[in-house]
Amino acid sequence: MSSKSINLTLKVWRQQGPKAPGRLETYKAENISTDASFLEMLDIVNERLTLEGKEPIAFDHDCREGICGMCGSVVNGRPHGPQKETTLCQLHMRHFQDGDTVYIEPFRARALPVVKDLVVDRSALDQIIAAGGFISVNTGQAPEANSLPVPKDKADLAMDAAACIGCGACIAACPNAAAMLFTSAKISQLALLPHGRPEAAKRALAMLAQMDAAGFGNCTNHKECEMECPKGISISNIARLNREFLKAALASAEEIPAATKKE
Amino acid sequence: MTWVLRTLSTSIGKKQLMAVTGLLFLLFLATHLLGNMSIYGGGPAFVAYAEHLHALGKLLVAAEVLMALALIIHVLTAVVLFFENRAARPVKYAVDKSGGGRTFSSQTMPYTGLLVLGFICVHLATFSHHIVDQTTRNIFQIAVAVFSQPVYLVIYLVSMIILGFHVRHGLWSAFQTVGANHPKYMPFIEKLSIVFAVIVAIGFGSLPLIILAMR
Ligand code: FES
Repeated sequence: MSSKSINLTLKVWRQQGPKAPGRLETYKAENISTDASFLEMLDIVNERLTLEGKEPIAFDHDCREGICGMCGSVVNGRPHGPQKETTLCQLHMRHFQDGDTVYIEPFRARALPVVKDLVVDRSALDQIIAAGGFISVNTGQAPEANSLPVPKDKADLAMDAAACIGCGACIAACPNAAAMLFTSAKISQLALLPHGRPEAAKRALAMLAQMDAAGFGNCTNHKECEMECPKGISISNIARLNREFLKAALASAEEIPAATKKE
Repeated sequence: MTWVLRTLSTSIGKKQLMAVTGLLFLLFLATHLLGNMSIYGGGPAFVAYAEHLHALGKLLVAAEVLMALALIIHVLTAVVLFFENRAARPVKYAVDKSGGGRTFSSQTMPYTGLLVLGFICVHLATFSHHIVDQTTRNIFQIAVAVFSQPVYLVIYLVSMIILGFHVRHGLWSAFQTVGANHPKYMPFIEKLSIVFAVIVAIGFGSLPLIILAMR
């Protein structure tokens, strides 16, 4: 594959802090190799900004290989950019044309406030997991692996749900800023396995209560989340969450707990 | 009973209210359309159908009360959801593109819903036996009188198209919400959504035209 260089005009959201007003600023990204990743392109722009004595653009990243869920901005109106099932760190500049204008905005949701520029606070997602996204196991000897048989199809579905890296693109993509795809994946990966059943009712109620308290919107089945998920998580997980919640609310003795409201 | 209220006030609870009342309306649309199809048997058959319906007495009243309750729940919940969802994204995107999920129908649900509500008011005001005197004129004569006025004709035809768009997202959406997403049935339900929307729009939309043709 031949590599070439392209020049872009960037319109980047700059915001000093959570309370500060933000606005789109225009930057030139010049001489960008089409082999560079999107984040590398931002690195190059930041190096130049630093040399010019300007504040570099703050953006989140860690693994840069599509598995940690730290990266993610809305590029030209699409979370993680235009490439399907690809995180922003795995998006390459060959998908852009010379002379393109690229809008880069943070994930926007009341529940994911901007920390700075393109960095958002995703602790609301951690709190949903902390509310019930786990199984309680006693320490000690590991049990015999085959004592709990898991059907292959269920294991596969659970693995599909477990592919969620918690990046928040589903929320960014949702016209209602709902966190149903995320929550449903975190519930499904456990609800589908026998190990997750003992606490299933408690988990569904607690995680949903926490999700609601964080100030996300309500799902109205636009399907944008599934379309933009870098891991291709299906909205059939949302239907499972609906079932799990209804079963727990109507048929179990568990009560919906009060959530720890986020400030 | 507080657990019931607590359940219904969660995000999924509100979705259930929308879905269950929505499914009721879909059932109503199907029976209403089926009944009105009697017009194809001629004016007298249409009048006979209406008389049979009114002869149901208490059963009809019960159905009317159920529909009225469902409507109140559907509309009030929709209003709450609309404002909650708007508040969930205080700063809008400068560029907002679809990844291919949302449809014209899904994006316009609150607005098509509002227009359908307006239509229901017009429809009841022009046809309901509670409002319009049906002792001196039969239902066919009333229909002819209404549809002969161009304003009403246009309102009815346009409303049925709007209703079609509301149904197109509402039907499959209701199944997804009650948790009925199944790899074998969901593709069928999604298609049914479109087919039923077209049936509703054309089925109801044809009624004023056939009535005018028969007058
Ligand atoms: S930086 Fe880890 S997923 Fe992109």
